[in-house]
Amino acid sequence: MADVRTASVGQVEPRIAGHDEAWGPRPRRIFSRRNIVLYGALVIVSLYYLMPLYVMIVTSLKTMPEIRLGNVFAPPVEITFEPWVKAWSTACTGLNCDGLSRGFWNSVRITIPSVIISIAIASVNGYALANWRFKGGNTFFTILIVGAFIPYQVMIYPIVIILREMGVYGTLTGLIIVHTIFGMPINTLLFRNYFSSLPEELFKAARVDGAGFWGIYFRIMLPMSLPIFVVSMIIQVTGIWNDFLFGVVYTKPDTYPMTVQLNNIVNSVQGVKEYNVNMAATILTGLVPLVIYFISGKLFVRGIAAGAVKG
Amino acid sequence: MTSVLVRDLSLNFGAVEVLKSLNLEVAEGEFLVLLGPSGCGKSTLLNCIAGLLDVSAGQIFINGKNVTWNEPKDRGIGMVFQSYALYPQMTVEGNLSFGLKNARLPRDEIARRIARAAEILQIEPLLQRKPAALSGGQRQRVAIGRALVRDVDVFLFDEPLSNLDAKLRSELRIEIKRLHQKLANTMIYVTHDQIEALTLADRIAVMKGGIIQQFDSPKTIYNRPVNRFVADFIGSPGMNFIEGELETRDGAPWFVAGDFRAPVSNYPFDGKGFRQGPASFGIRPEHVGVNTGDGWPFSARVPVEVVEPMGSDTLVWTRLGGQSFTMRVTSERSPRTGETVTIGFDPLNASLFDTETGERL
Repeated sequence: MADVRTASVGQVEPRIAGHDEAWGPRPRRIFSRRNIVLYGALVIVSLYYLMPLYVMIVTSLKTMPEIRLGNVFAPPVEITFEPWVKAWSTACTGLNCDGLSRGFWNSVRITIPSVIISIAIASVNGYALANWRFKGGNTFFTILIVGAFIPYQVMIYPIVIILREMGVYGTLTGLIIVHTIFGMPINTLLFRNYFSSLPEELFKAARVDGAGFWGIYFRIMLPMSLPIFVVSMIIQVTGIWNDFLFGVVYTKPDTYPMTVQLNNIVNSVQGVKEYNVNMAATILTGLVPLVIYFISGKLFVRGIAAGAVKG
Repeated sequence: MTSVLVRDLSLNFGAVEVLKSLNLEVAEGEFLVLLGPSGCGKSTLLNCIAGLLDVSAGQIFINGKNVTWNEPKDRGIGMVFQSYALYPQMTVEGNLSFGLKNARLPRDEIARRIARAAEILQIEPLLQRKPAALSGGQRQRVAIGRALVRDVDVFLFDEPLSNLDAKLRSELRIEIKRLHQKLANTMIYVTHDQIEALTLADRIAVMKGGIIQQFDSPKTIYNRPVNRFVADFIGSPGMNFIEGELETRDGAPWFVAGDFRAPVSNYPFDGKGFRQGPASFGIRPEHVGVNTGDGWPFSARVPVEVVEPMGSDTLVWTRLGGQSFTMRVTSERSPRTGETVTIGFDPLNASLFDTETGERL
């Protein structure tokens, strides 16, 4: 057939019936068995994960009489936003009846400083460990990583004593200190690995150019590290926002973070269980990590991959 | 005048000795190439001179000043790296000015130096671009520019051309040579590419295992290698080695390996002169004549086993003394596989090495 092809150069290649020779890109069938299995599995898995969210949203928009009918999966007949308003501003937790709003602002005031301080320290740690190879650096790093494996339960009470002696027990400051310390191992590891993956010659070039420890950190390393900062931020924001244990141990009712307040609303044993308010409160609490993921998912994946190249 | 002086330099990484009591003296304006296989310590030595690695013992002087404990920026050096190491977030101009800003030079001085470097390296149109928008050759030019603007006495190159393709490599090689002629700075250049070493260097230091094996002009290193390692490492295609014995027959010195016998009476032996015993006979493929008459002190008829055309030249494989042997002929004179040819060479061009120590005899 080769001579036929050369003869027809310059005109559209005729696709003659019966001549089913392969030519050009291989045809892709949309409904091949492989595609059906692949996409079928994906659809089933996503339905499985989306179902609880669906139930939560639907329930939170229903009135209590409608919930009592028991049709968990049915969409609301009469949409109401009252449970959301109540969850946010009037639901009672213990003595306070101003809803989750208090917990939300507490969580914001805990999360933002904790995230900023822990990332700032961890990134400098990682940079020093990766690039400056100081004496005892490896020992320091090993201790830090081993620290991450000690169960929290062992440290809870000693930390209570430390915070009390420092005079910050029960305050937001105390909780911020605890979160900063506990975020150190994983974030230092993350930053160390990321900085190790950057070409070492860049660091050498900057040294020849006369930049010092901070000069290289701020002028060379930071501008190249956006992805890993995003990863670290996501880990810290979700970790600290979702934290319950430290929140309930190291704060007082006035300074409870949102998660603790949510628990108090949902698990209150007095009165009627208001499922719609509980659902709305839960969604409100989970909203912050969810939004963070949606905004920065792409950068997150890129950062994880970048750090994974070299260990 | 001495520009760079390295005295008894040692470097250990834990128990591993990378550099062993190394001495090196580079004259002002000299182009020195550190050449050796991977892991021989050549880049490590360069990093020590640059101050990027702390030495375990010894001293480093640059322009008569002891800089052993100085920071890289205070040593009067500029360095060019293999991976270019351009700061990706800065423009070319930013890359060039970074070091000068760190040194707090006045703005007009910075502008003047950048303009000069850009003119020398012909990168003026690129000044506002980011490194990602440059080709490999342009990036390496900018990297050289970054060393150039520092206005230093000593340039250090760490395998600067290894990331470029063959054509660009030879182009930039010439440019570096021109740059050296123009600036007349001291340059220390690390490479594992012997062509770069032979073409660029005033002197070459061939390194192996943290020790300088031979430190001499390219010509001497090529023609009179001090030991078998240097002889084997330099030259492409490599030198032929025939293992055999040095013997005296009928009152004349001979090299004998099986049916191969070559007279070595005109061979320039070192101070100790001729001695009997096992030796390696080395001769470069281009020093062997093929079908070039009978004028040679040694000649033999050998069968052609393999012919390798390499463009301008052809490499011909045969066997001599039962061992593999190559010679290089111009492609027009290339024999065919299976033919029998007359080869000849002059032992004056050969190198003899002690089989045991590998030292030149």
